[in-house]
Amino acid sequence: MNIFDIIGPVMIGPSSSHTAGAARAGKVARQLLESSPQKAEITLYNSFADTGAGHGTDRAIVGGLLGFEPDDHRLTNSFQYAAGQGLTYIFSKKTCADIHPNAVQIRLFGMGREKVTVLIASVGGGNIRVKKIDGIPVHFSAEFDTTVVFNRDKPGVVAELSSILAENKINIARMQLFRNQILQNAIMVIETDQAVPDTVGYRFKKAAYVTRVLQIKAMVERKSKVGESC
Amino acid sequence: MKELNSVADLIREANRLQCGISNIVINHQVATLGVSETALFEGMRSRYQIMRDAIRGGLQTARSVSGLSGGQAKRYRQNASKIGLLSGTAEHAMEAALAISEYNAAMGLVVAAPTAGSCGILPAVLFAVGQAYDLPEEHLIRALFNSAGIGAVIAARASLSGAEGGCQAECGSAAAMAASAVAELLGGTPEKCGDACALSLKFTMGLVCDPVAGLVEVPCVKRNAFGAVTALTAAELALCGISSAIPADEVIDAMKAVGDQMVPALKETSRGGLAATKTARGIEKRIKRI
Repeated sequence: MNIFDIIGPVMIGPSSSHTAGAARAGKVARQLLESSPQKAEITLYNSFADTGAGHGTDRAIVGGLLGFEPDDHRLTNSFQYAAGQGLTYIFSKKTCADIHPNAVQIRLFGMGREKVTVLIASVGGGNIRVKKIDGIPVHFSAEFDTTVVFNRDKPGVVAELSSILAENKINIARMQLFRNQILQNAIMVIETDQAVPDTVGYRFKKAAYVTRVLQIKAMVERKSKVGESC
Repeated sequence: MKELNSVADLIREANRLQCGISNIVINHQVATLGVSETALFEGMRSRYQIMRDAIRGGLQTARSVSGLSGGQAKRYRQNASKIGLLSGTAEHAMEAALAISEYNAAMGLVVAAPTAGSCGILPAVLFAVGQAYDLPEEHLIRALFNSAGIGAVIAARASLSGAEGGCQAECGSAAAMAASAVAELLGGTPEKCGDACALSLKFTMGLVCDPVAGLVEVPCVKRNAFGAVTALTAAELALCGISSAIPADEVIDAMKAVGDQMVPALKETSRGGLAATKTARGIEKRIKRI
């Protein structure tokens, strides 16, 4: 039990799930694109669709897409910042009983041909779960340093990547594999105790059958909880 | 202490070490998270400062994003002393609670304490008491650890989420956390902190979570003002030597049972309570068009 879960999080209001979690969703989606996002197609689901406008869910997501944290004052005026940075976005609303009550699907397009589609649920207290990437069901919180590897589902990929981590003395906290069909596209989600340096990310990219490597930085709030960054 | 899951344990440990509950919570965090007391205190100080700034922000806030709330803190400030029903401390606490809650609704920067919907109560009560008794900032920051300890016990035994336990879990918990902190701030024994917590929770027990149009505004903002006064009432009763017939841990367990017995319509789904009134439905329709 960390008491800063009780007196915290520090966040832009009004709702930890509909505002803080929404900003986190945007920020994580941004990190899952290989380039800086230029265009976003955002689908709000269920309660996000019904009460999002009043909670600033839309502004929070766009702010997150610009890289703002849930406690960043700029979230409130994120639409203006988006215009300034050339990010265009379009919102739509859907209701779907099979999807979490507070969920958003974000389809992002980068500067070149990069694109990614993510489905993220806001599960309360500002926490999120990434539920789907490019159609492949996944499940992770993005609270820790997380490396997401897109690869062809072939024998040996896991062994190769984990040995690269071991060589670099990076401890794996959790490793998960997700795939749609056997020997097709797969996603590996590696949560580590230490941040994975770019040099290691580069070696991942060079590994056989690996198509994309993306890194999500550990949550700032998690680091500041004990006061180091204060 | 291994876990923060019993008010009785917090009291026993504080008495054993002859210190406040706040110290026990600090010791616990230092031991379990491996952080220094200074880092912990500074982390809390930064939250304290955000709470203080939120009061100022709220008094300047015009309207929320939806337009449903805003301006009440200012209105109350302008008129309360002319009416003069409540003491200066209670008045100050209500004003601050309204201000912080309105600031939250208007996308201001707040500290969830324990949640965003109930974020006005604890800081409002602490700042009002701090001002009335001219207490140093360090004492108020320390008192937040007392509150956090109570909040941690409620989280462990019951819930701090409106979706799980109704508003008793959010505004109710916030008021109990504030009541216990005030009891310690004004020199009360650890037992008095437990009494203040229990008395406050006994009053808010059964309170439903029924946000109009699903937004953290109606009735949340005004419930924060009531929560602040409830906390002060509970602390004053406890400090006067009026104890709770039911010990805090049993009250929290009862609150958990009540939360479980509450139907989903009364737990943040906006299908019951005030959210289901004719006026609320009208508001909901209007907002959906935004």
